[in-house]
Amino acid sequence: MATPFRIVPVALMLAGTLAMSGCAKKAPKMLPPEPGAATSTDTGASTIGAAPGSQADFVAVTQGADTIYFDTDQYNIDGEDSAALQKQAQWLLRYPDKRATIEGHCDERGTREYNLALGERRANAAKNYLSSLGVGPARLTTVSYGKERPAAPGSDEGSWSRNRRAVTVTID
Amino acid sequence: MISRLFALFSSAVLGLAAPALAAAQPAPDQTPGEGGGLSGSVSDENQWQDLGIAIASFATDQDVPTRTAAGSTSALGRGLSEVVAADLRNNGLFKPSGPDGLPQPAYEQISAPDFGSWRGRGADMLVQGYVRANPDGQLTVGCYLYDVALGQQLRRAGWVVPPEDWRRAAHKCADMVYSRLSGESPFFDSRLAYIAETGPKGRRVKRLAVMDSDGANHRYLTSGQATALTPRYSPDYRSILYLSYLNGVPSIYVYDLATNRQRLVTRSGNPTMAPRWSPDGRWILYSMAIAGNTDIYRIPATGGTPQKLTDSPGIDIGGSFSPDGSKITFESDRSGSQQVYVMNADGSGQQRISFFGGRAATPEWSPRGDQIAFTHIAGNLRIAVMNPSGGGMRYLTDSWQDEAPTWAPNGRIIQFFRTEKNSGKASLWQVDLTGRNERRLPTPVDASDPAWGPIRP
Repeated sequence: MATPFRIVPVALMLAGTLAMSGCAKKAPKMLPPEPGAATSTDTGASTIGAAPGSQADFVAVTQGADTIYFDTDQYNIDGEDSAALQKQAQWLLRYPDKRATIEGHCDERGTREYNLALGERRANAAKNYLSSLGVGPARLTTVSYGKERPAAPGSDEGSWSRNRRAVTVTID
Repeated sequence: MISRLFALFSSAVLGLAAPALAAAQPAPDQTPGEGGGLSGSVSDENQWQDLGIAIASFATDQDVPTRTAAGSTSALGRGLSEVVAADLRNNGLFKPSGPDGLPQPAYEQISAPDFGSWRGRGADMLVQGYVRANPDGQLTVGCYLYDVALGQQLRRAGWVVPPEDWRRAAHKCADMVYSRLSGESPFFDSRLAYIAETGPKGRRVKRLAVMDSDGANHRYLTSGQATALTPRYSPDYRSILYLSYLNGVPSIYVYDLATNRQRLVTRSGNPTMAPRWSPDGRWILYSMAIAGNTDIYRIPATGGTPQKLTDSPGIDIGGSFSPDGSKITFESDRSGSQQVYVMNADGSGQQRISFFGGRAATPEWSPRGDQIAFTHIAGNLRIAVMNPSGGGMRYLTDSWQDEAPTWAPNGRIIQFFRTEKNSGKASLWQVDLTGRNERRLPTPVDASDPAWGPIRP
């Protein structure tokens, strides 16, 4: 007899476990959508309201996969990052005249100059992976903001894991 | 922009001194029979730290208006003594008293103090001085240091300054007192470049700013439209190296203070970071990322062909010259984590020197050559020092996030910036080599990346 009252606690526990392990390393992949951004469950087509091929369309179609996350001090592309970058690459291959900037970021728990270099390394890791998927490297530029532009303002593991990131922004 | 400050030879009696145009240093100590002075340093708690120094309001021969914000020569005299007292007090040096609560010596008493009354006040040392308005609008400032117990003059010096530079004369006076009594090199007459910060954590506005060592004469150099980071004053104070996002790509610019113009250090399209001067100002170090890999380069300050100094697949960044310019300490993560290395100035002989737990970053060689200050990262970020071979590591601060040390010109005090947890608000702090005398530097808004320039000529 699977009543909701028996299922819910189990689900909460699972979610809690996932969240904890996620915090220790990387940000959870299913982030809430950006405020105001259009969302759609239809991944194969452009969203109503966003012009096909626009940055708004890219954000809507990739559903949070415009950003990949890194472990502390790391810049390697893991399985989750790979899935996200494949979504990005699908979109970029669909609109071959679109260019994009990849912004590399770090958490605040490092020195300023090193983080500038680390952000550059992360942005380039994303760029190289997109290139390996067929996106011409000439279409992709990188910029590092180091720890200067955190997405999550807190000083805790959860915020830091969301700030160690590379964000792909297409140029309208 | 370069101020003209002429030192007077103090051989002449008070009131008769004439400007010595070529002199650049305060007069040599002419007190007969004096030994090497009291030895010690800010890193010790030597006897001299307990000296009680009375700093009296500076006198004037004639109370006339001046072209300073301080007012007439009489008011300026008080202002001068207040700057001297604040320099010594704020840096935890000696036990200064005055000018409040002390008698105001007459002009004639400056060269002939009433030692008896000062002894009665329990003063060990006495600082007196005078200010005169010259017909050409310049100011003449004299500074005298006396040993009250001996009833003897220890040192005197004088300077001719343009009105806008009156505080420099006071800093020179404080430097004279500090140097004579401690045996250390001076540091008050110096300036700082730093980054002024405003706005929310995720969108901080970061502007290049400069100020005197005591926070006076503050000036913003950039508007904040483009993020500015990591400034470094040139050794001659004519220009500042810093990073700007002006053209979208983080790049190193040379900002010329006389013309308020700036130029790129190198044009490559690649991001450049972490600029540094050589001690003689002839070389610029910078770090450049190519395809994600950051290495350290040097280029003549006047331009020319960059020379790559490091070539590892890791991040090599920063760099700080030894005082003689022969070596460079820098940070690299080639071993797997940030650590401090030393190499020759041409890039040869690279070797790691930091071997303790945690990460070690932002090494800065002391102007004295005997220490390297750095940021130690083991959870928290803390300021630490070690000797140039990596030994004798010790912490100077213990807070949540302190980083980016910069040395006072005499190598006895370190400034750094401290970031608050959660709010991300940053402020400038300084600490002496004991780690005990720590204080926050007042700035108009939040502040980071302090860079201390050398002692001014």
